[in-house]
Amino acid sequence: MSDHDHDDDHDGDPHHGDHGDHSHGHSHGIDDPSHPHNAPLSDLQLRVRALESLLTEKGLVDPAALDELVDTYETRVGPRNGAQVVAKAWTDPAFKQRLLADASATLADLGFIGRQGEDMMVLETTESVHHLVVCTLCSCYPWPVLGLPPVWYKSAPYRSRAVIDPRGVLRDFGVALPEEVEVRVWDSTAELRYLVLPRRPEGTEGMTEEELAELVTRDAMIGTGMARAPEAAPKVAP
Amino acid sequence: MNGAHDLGGMHGFGPVVAEPDEPVFHTEWERRAFGLTLAMGAWRRWNLDMSRSAREQMLPAEYLATSYYEHWLFGLERLLVEKGFVSPEELARVSRGEQTPREPAEVSAKVKEGALRPEGVLPLLHNRRAARLGDPVPPKFEVGQVVLAKNMHPLGHTRIPRYVRGRRGVVAIDHGVFIFPDTHAASENTKPQHVYSVRFAAQELWGPEASARDSVYVDLWDDYLEVAP
Repeated sequence: MSDHDHDDDHDGDPHHGDHGDHSHGHSHGIDDPSHPHNAPLSDLQLRVRALESLLTEKGLVDPAALDELVDTYETRVGPRNGAQVVAKAWTDPAFKQRLLADASATLADLGFIGRQGEDMMVLETTESVHHLVVCTLCSCYPWPVLGLPPVWYKSAPYRSRAVIDPRGVLRDFGVALPEEVEVRVWDSTAELRYLVLPRRPEGTEGMTEEELAELVTRDAMIGTGMARAPEAAPKVAP
Repeated sequence: MNGAHDLGGMHGFGPVVAEPDEPVFHTEWERRAFGLTLAMGAWRRWNLDMSRSAREQMLPAEYLATSYYEHWLFGLERLLVEKGFVSPEELARVSRGEQTPREPAEVSAKVKEGALRPEGVLPLLHNRRAARLGDPVPPKFEVGQVVLAKNMHPLGHTRIPRYVRGRRGVVAIDHGVFIFPDTHAASENTKPQHVYSVRFAAQELWGPEASARDSVYVDLWDDYLEVAP
């Protein structure tokens, strides 16, 4: 069954009247013309508003605290945190050693602590071993260093295939791994959270930590991508 | 439970398609559903394992047809009723999208003692209250030992994925003592025990067609493992 058949099942289903909101849960592109994004107020929007109004009137939630939670993950906590860690590990061998030996404590020293990152492990990808992180059962992800996970990480195509066909998943991301490279997939079934330390790209000798951090993509820290080559990176402001 | 959430190894979902420059949230309702889930979690009337267990109660067909934050919303609504925060009648009104009329008082004046306030958000997110426990429980297995993931099918919440059950692996890392999710999802019984990263060869899981080099590391608790015969 293709993803599209999957969506077509919704047609005529009264519980799924609004496709605008549902489209994001699936793996097709956001420009799918059958899923308008300008629907006035979806069932889900009304339902969540109704829930918030009920809980607010009961005094159980403070809407200002919700704003603060959302703002934290929209503007302050994201993959830039992890990129700093990776760049530091590339330039400071003693730091890298500590990071690999005790990731939780080393990350805490940098202030990257808290929810969904209490017990961390850092996995070093090398020339011969490639690490890939997944959560087949839900969406476990190291929030303090990567922020909230992207939709694809939480969706069925990735969660189903990462363990049975990791090399195929990597090809979906444009990564062709040579047969002689060993792939280790880490399924986050417990409360350990994994961050991949990608390989430092060639031609980056002499670059500063800030410049190197620009090369570290979110996907490289999940294991579905590689760090960018320097010429492919955006220019760093002087 | 053998639910639709246990996706590892399934076929037919198509390629992984990443959205370029994806925003953190796609819609306003996602923002609010995320915020409501964390804010209501701060009342500590349920734990993370109970939250996961609640989301797993969604009918399989619904689970596969809905997005991530819809799973969260489903789980939250279920727990709100279960713990008596919201009545079934109130939830039915929410499902119909009916707004609760606003009383004239200022919102901030209504907020009860114990509810999450904006200044409580950072301490909440930074708390070190982890699933790791200090209990001096001895490990049942040691690093390097060959183990068998039990062939078990509990009706309740569990974190042993179907694709490893009955398969042989090698203990790669002993992570120490943690809360056991199977009991913790049903009560506050933490049943402290060791968690290990167990390495399963790809061929052990998927047969001789799989790569002879590759492997999957799965974090498993003492109660999920037995000595390999």
